[in-house]
Amino acid sequence: MHLDHAETFPERHTHSAEPRRPDGTRRALRIGLGGPVGSGKTATVAALCRVLRDEFSIAVVTNDIYTREDAEFLLREAVLPAERITAVETGACPHTAIRDDISANLEAVEDLENAIGPLDLVLVESGGDNLTATFSKGLVDAQIFVIDVAGGDDIPRKGGPGVTNSDLLVINKTDLAAHVGSDLESMARDAEVQRGHLPVAFTCLKTEDGAKPVADWVRERLTDWTAGPA
Amino acid sequence: MSRAALFVLADGRFPAGGHAHSGGAEPAVAAGRIKDADSLEEFCRGRLHTAGLVAAGLAAAAAAGHDPLALDEAADARTPVQALRTTARKLGRQMMRAARATWPSAELDALSAARPRGAHQPVVLGLAARSAGLAPLDAAYAVAYETVSGPATAAVRLLSLDPFDATAVLARLAPDLDRTAAAAAAAAGRIPEEGFDALPAASAPLLDITAQQHAAWPVRLFAS
Amino acid sequence: MTLVPPPAAAAPGRTAVGVRATARITATVGGTATTLPVLDGDGPFELRRLRSHGSEARVCIVGAMSAPLGGDRLRIEATAQQGAALHITSAAATLALRGPDSEHATYDVHLTAGEHAQLHWLPKPLICAGGSDLRQTWTVDLAPTARLVLREEQILGRTGESPGHVATRLTVRRGGRTLLDQQAEYGPGAPGWDGPAVLAGHRAAGQLLIVDPVFEETPLEVQLLGGSPEDGQAVLTPLAGPAALVTAVAPDGLRLRHLLDTAQATFRRTVPGASAIREGR
Repeated sequence: MHLDHAETFPERHTHSAEPRRPDGTRRALRIGLGGPVGSGKTATVAALCRVLRDEFSIAVVTNDIYTREDAEFLLREAVLPAERITAVETGACPHTAIRDDISANLEAVEDLENAIGPLDLVLVESGGDNLTATFSKGLVDAQIFVIDVAGGDDIPRKGGPGVTNSDLLVINKTDLAAHVGSDLESMARDAEVQRGHLPVAFTCLKTEDGAKPVADWVRERLTDWTAGPA
Repeated sequence: MSRAALFVLADGRFPAGGHAHSGGAEPAVAAGRIKDADSLEEFCRGRLHTAGLVAAGLAAAAAAGHDPLALDEAADARTPVQALRTTARKLGRQMMRAARATWPSAELDALSAARPRGAHQPVVLGLAARSAGLAPLDAAYAVAYETVSGPATAAVRLLSLDPFDATAVLARLAPDLDRTAAAAAAAAGRIPEEGFDALPAASAPLLDITAQQHAAWPVRLFAS
Repeated sequence: MTLVPPPAAAAPGRTAVGVRATARITATVGGTATTLPVLDGDGPFELRRLRSHGSEARVCIVGAMSAPLGGDRLRIEATAQQGAALHITSAAATLALRGPDSEHATYDVHLTAGEHAQLHWLPKPLICAGGSDLRQTWTVDLAPTARLVLREEQILGRTGESPGHVATRLTVRRGGRTLLDQQAEYGPGAPGWDGPAVLAGHRAAGQLLIVDPVFEETPLEVQLLGGSPEDGQAVLTPLAGPAALVTAVAPDGLRLRHLLDTAQATFRRTVPGASAIREGR
């Protein structure tokens, strides 16, 4: 008898982003959301959950700087049942946990799939970090980088791995553009210069359907994932 | 097999989850017990000769090929605090993932299957060292070093301690690291005659008490 | 049953190597109460039978001479046989002192409890006087249905005195498997002992261990004990097997005792049938 492990799961350790779980089923699509502090990552996750939760089986992993802040926000907002939200602790280095040493996040994703699976989609939210943070391809299949107009309309021009290479760039809080003197058109032009044909979505999460462009993009990724080669 | 594998295993960037753990440094900093390089050094010395020695002994024994499940039980008996057992198993599971990717072996697969939620981290690390062709003393060194490098790295982040000072602390601890690794490997070498009682069981009351207190903090930077 | 003459016979002369003494206690069930067919004091250990409490036999260890001194080899063996209930305490604190030379002393306690037996080892604290060097062990063998309450307290140095050196090992086996194995080393020469990871200026450390099969079904919850840092700190935590351990540190013996008493009271409140856990004084 051992009082520390009352529950047992079948052994499921993978160490890469293999599309199949060890039992042969297709694992959930994993999408990472990164971006600077306060740009609206958690709000975007909450909005995506509200829009997509009736169509898909979703879970969320948060990577907070301080333990469980973001996870608790999502719980308060009740966007998903509590058992679908997990917080990973990052030792004051959130970018390490999503890029250099992804083991804790992989564990969290797999535990969610084992506990409440099968899942269609796992959203992995990074702790707010700087413009250089990106997700490892060993952890996520696609990544969304969230910035906002209030952070300065020169961010797209400055570039950086998140702005340049993310699969979707979200420019949030468009309603504030006029108040903070940000020029949405120049942001769109700069983003295109940096990103070529990679998509950009302008959002205002306060409005009804504010997250629609992001949700639509996620739906397409899910379609591709389901249809993709095993 | 190459001895250089020890550098891979002992590298702070080895992706096995250690970066999110302070080894008890976070509560010690909060209590004002670690406040500078000197107190960091004393903290590390105390941790090394207690929890570090125990972990290094377990790792050396696993690297020597002793039954990892029996060692896992020996680790439980030497880890009375629930929070530290939880941490050890969590890190063990992460170490297992990294180890199986870097030095795949049937022994790692078997332990992983027997302890899907994670075996104690030093046991997994010792088995990883064995899979990499390293010796019990190598495994003991890797664990001993990790016992002090974790808190030193955390103190740099928590106290904004000068990283040169923190690294100098680690260098000053080198003779202690030698002694600890040698004692751990020697203990593992006595298992055939004395059984697992030969393994060190040294404890540090404040590490135990504050680990459990820290686990209850609502807001913290490190997982342990 | 003693292998050496009892204290009254030959004054157990301290030789150059010190005193060698082994005291033995065996408790067994006779009728409805526990009896003590073996109660053999030796050397510094004088054993007194106290008025029994219910079906429980009670023994008090009285110090017959100053011990342990450096060079002494002391041992107590206590067994609660199947179904017996044995409670052991001591009349006074144990004071470890330096011997004639720098030789260390040993003090080994062996406790055995059979099926459905209950054993309480609740002595007064050990005080490690300046210059003393003691190696103390507790080796406990429990049958799977046995119950144990064990308390140990070390106080490093008498008031205003520098601490002695003490190394301890507590090994508890239950049904032949090791449930708890714990060493501690404090005092001059023990690396890092007074640093931020180990005692950090505290001069008293202690533990309270409770093993009870009832915890198989309902393990105790973790509890943090102690108030402000100057009152000492303690934590109650379940072991991986059916047992709970309180680990405590305090600035002095008085405050340590207060923490452990609080913990013991918690056990009495929360553990069904634990009313038998009483004070050891």
